[in-house]
Amino acid sequence: MEVMVLLIFFSLLIAIGFLIAFIISLKRGQYDDLYTPSVRMLFDDRDKGKDADKTGES
Amino acid sequence: MPVETFEYDNRIVRDFAIATIVWGAVGMLIGVIAATQMFLPKLNLGIPQITFSHIRPVHTNALIFAFVGNGIFMGVYHSLQRLCKARMYSDLLGKINFWGWQLIILSAVLTFTNGITTGKEYAELEWPIDILIAIVWVVFAWNMFGTILKRRESHMYVAIWFYIATVVTIGPLHIINSLEIPVSFLKSYPLYAGVQDALVQWWYGHNAVAFFLTTPYLGLMYYYLPKAANRPIFSYRLSIIHFWALIFIYIWAGPHHLLNTSLPEWTQSLGMIFSIMLLAPSWGGMLNGLLTLRGAWDKVRQDPVLKFLAVAVTAYGVATFDGPTLAVKSVNAISHYTDWTIAHVHVGTLGWNGFLTFGILYWLIPRLYNTKLYSKKMAEFHFWIGLLAIFGYVIPMYFGAFIQSLMWKKFGAGGFLLYPNFLETVFPIIPMYIFRAVAGSLYLFGMILCAYNLFRTMRQGKITPDEKAEAPALEKITTEPGKHEFRHRILERKPVLFTLLALIAVSIGGAVEIIPNFVIKSNVPTIASVKPYTPLELEGRDVYIAEGCYYCHSQMIRPFRSETARYGEYSKSGEFVYDHPFQWGSKRTGPDLHRIGSKYPDAWHYNHMHDPASMSPGSIMPPFPWLSEDKIDFKGTPPKIRAMQKLGVPYPDGFDMKVPEEMQKQAEQIAKSLADAGITVEPDKKIVALISYLQRLGTDIKVKTESGQ
Repeated sequence: MEVMVLLIFFSLLIAIGFLIAFIISLKRGQYDDLYTPSVRMLFDDRDKGKDADKTGES
Repeated sequence: MPVETFEYDNRIVRDFAIATIVWGAVGMLIGVIAATQMFLPKLNLGIPQITFSHIRPVHTNALIFAFVGNGIFMGVYHSLQRLCKARMYSDLLGKINFWGWQLIILSAVLTFTNGITTGKEYAELEWPIDILIAIVWVVFAWNMFGTILKRRESHMYVAIWFYIATVVTIGPLHIINSLEIPVSFLKSYPLYAGVQDALVQWWYGHNAVAFFLTTPYLGLMYYYLPKAANRPIFSYRLSIIHFWALIFIYIWAGPHHLLNTSLPEWTQSLGMIFSIMLLAPSWGGMLNGLLTLRGAWDKVRQDPVLKFLAVAVTAYGVATFDGPTLAVKSVNAISHYTDWTIAHVHVGTLGWNGFLTFGILYWLIPRLYNTKLYSKKMAEFHFWIGLLAIFGYVIPMYFGAFIQSLMWKKFGAGGFLLYPNFLETVFPIIPMYIFRAVAGSLYLFGMILCAYNLFRTMRQGKITPDEKAEAPALEKITTEPGKHEFRHRILERKPVLFTLLALIAVSIGGAVEIIPNFVIKSNVPTIASVKPYTPLELEGRDVYIAEGCYYCHSQMIRPFRSETARYGEYSKSGEFVYDHPFQWGSKRTGPDLHRIGSKYPDAWHYNHMHDPASMSPGSIMPPFPWLSEDKIDFKGTPPKIRAMQKLGVPYPDGFDMKVPEEMQKQAEQIAKSLADAGITVEPDKKIVALISYLQRLGTDIKVKTESGQ
C-alpha cells in the first residue's frame, strides 16, 4: 500500500497550501470585517444610466 | 484613488451558458436512453455505440464535465469579474478555455461510444485527452488567478475562495489518477494495480464530487442566491468558517467508496470518520443558504429563480446527510452495489447541481440580454415538473435498493440463500427502473422547456458584449511615490503568478518522476499462486474494459456470509496485483464476477454474450453480438505485454516475442471446446479472448487450495 504515502503526501500538500493561504489571508485582514462584504456584493455597477433598474426583475 | 473605467466580458459568459444548456439536454437525453435499456435491454439493437455500457460513461461525463463543468465556467466568468471589479485577465485564455473544453467533451462522446476507455469510472478518458484536460485546466487557472491579481476590490468575497479551492485541487487530483503508460495512441494502462489503483481512483472520484460538483457550486450559491434574493447571505462569518472546514476535511473521505472491500481496514475507518465529520461543514453551507431566505419566502413564492435555488440548497442538505450515512460501514454493507448509490448521486445532481444551474440561468440570461425572461410561467412549470421528476426518480430508486439488498442477504430456514438466482432479485425492481426512466424523461422535458425559454429570451433581447463598469483602483502600498502606478503593480504581481506556475510545474514533474518507482516496486505478489494473465486473457480483459462490463458487474466479493454463499470465497487484495486497472466496479446490476471462472462451460458464455436471455430467461443484460464478429489482431498484443513488464508484471524476458503463437494456441483450445458444443467460431474473435478472461477470473486461489490439500 505504498500508494497511501503518495496520497497522504499530496493531500497534506494541498491542505498545508490552504492553511498557508488561510494564515496569509487572515494576517492581511481579509476577515477583519465579516459583514460589509456580504452587502457590498449586492451593489452592481452596471450602467448607472437609463434602463439599469428596469432590466433587473425577471 | 482615481476611478478606473473598464468593461466586463459578457460574451464568454454567454458562450458557456449556451454550452451548459446544450450539453445538459444532450446528457439527459442519453441518460433517458440508458435508463430505458435497464428494462428493455434489446433496445441497443445490437449496435455497440448505443449499448448501455458504452453510453453510461457518456451520460455521466456529459452531465458532470459538460453540463456542470460549463455551468461552473459560466458562473465563474460572470461572477468573478463582478466580485473582482475587473475584466477577466485575458480574452484569449477564455476562448482557449471554452473551445478546449468543448473539444474534450466531443472527444469523450466519440471515444466512449466506440469503447475507447481507461476503465476507471469518471476518469474514463484516454491519455491524450487527459493531457488536453490538464492543459485547459491550467489555462482556466491562469485566467482566474490573473483576474484575482488585478482585482480592484481588496476583499476576496467568499465565493472566490470556493473557486480557488476548485481550481487548485482538481489539477493534482486529475493528474495523479491519470498517470498511465501509453501502449498506443488510444490505449494505456494505469501505473497502479488492484487495491492501490482502487484507492487512487476513489480518492480522485470522491474529490471530483467534492471539488467539481460541490465547492464551485457552493461558490455560485454564495454569489447568485444573495443576488437573486437581493439580501446579504445569512452569516458571512459562517460562510468563511464552513469553507475552511469543508476543504480540510473533504480530501480524506475517499476510502468510503471502498468500505468492506479488501482495502486495509484502517484506511476504511479513516475514510469513514472524515466522511461523518463532513456533515457539519456541509450543513453549515446548506443552513446559511436557506436562512438567507428567512423573511423572504414571499419572494420565493413569486420568483421561479428563488424556487430553483431554494430546492437546490435543500437537495444539497439531503445529499450531504445521505452521504455520511452511506459512509458508515454497516449502512454501506446494505447500500453498496445497489441503486441507493444511484439515488444518492441523483439527489445531488438533479437537485443540487441541476436546480442551481437552472436558477442561475433564469437569473443570468435576461440580465445579459437586457430583457425580461421570455416566459415566467414556463419557468414555473419547469420548476414543478423538475421537482416532480426528482421525487419520481429518487423514491423508486431508494425503494428498489432496499428490496434488492435485503433479498441478496435473505437466508431461508435451511440456512441457504432464499434467492440464490441473482435474477430473482432483479425482477421485483424492474418496475422501479420503469418509474425512473419516466421521471428522467420528465426532467429532460423540463430541460428542453428551459432551453426554449432561454433561447426565446436571447432572441427578444440584445446582449451587451462589453458591459461598462467603473471602480476605484485598488489602493497600493507604494514605496516610490510618483512612479508610474501601473508598471509598479505589474512588477509587484508577476512574481506571485510565476511562483504559482512554477510550483505547479515542479510538482507535476516531481510526481511523474517519483511515482512510477515506488508504485512498481510495490506490485509484488503477496499470494504465490496468483499469476499474470496469459496474453489472450489480457486481451480478453481489455475487451471486458472496452465493453464497460464493470458498470454493472463488480469483481469484489465482500467478506459477508450472504456473499460467500452466493459467489464463493471473498476477494483478497493479493489477487489483484496484476490488475491494471482494477475492475472492482461500484454497482451490481448483474451478479459479481470475481469467481465466475470455470463456473460455466465456454459455450454458456458464448451464448450468453450473444443473447443473455437465451441462457438466463428474463435477463436485463444487453446482447453483445458483435463480439463474435469483431477480430483481435494478435500482433497488437506484444506492446501490451511490454507495457505490463514495465509496470512490474513478471512476464519472462523475451516473452513478448512468443505472444502471438501462445495466443493462437489458447484461442484454438477455446474454439475447439466451442466446436464440441456445436458452435463454430474463428479463434481470433473478441468473444474467444473474453471467454478466456472470464474463465480465468478468481481461479488462481482455487488452484492453491486444491494443491494444498
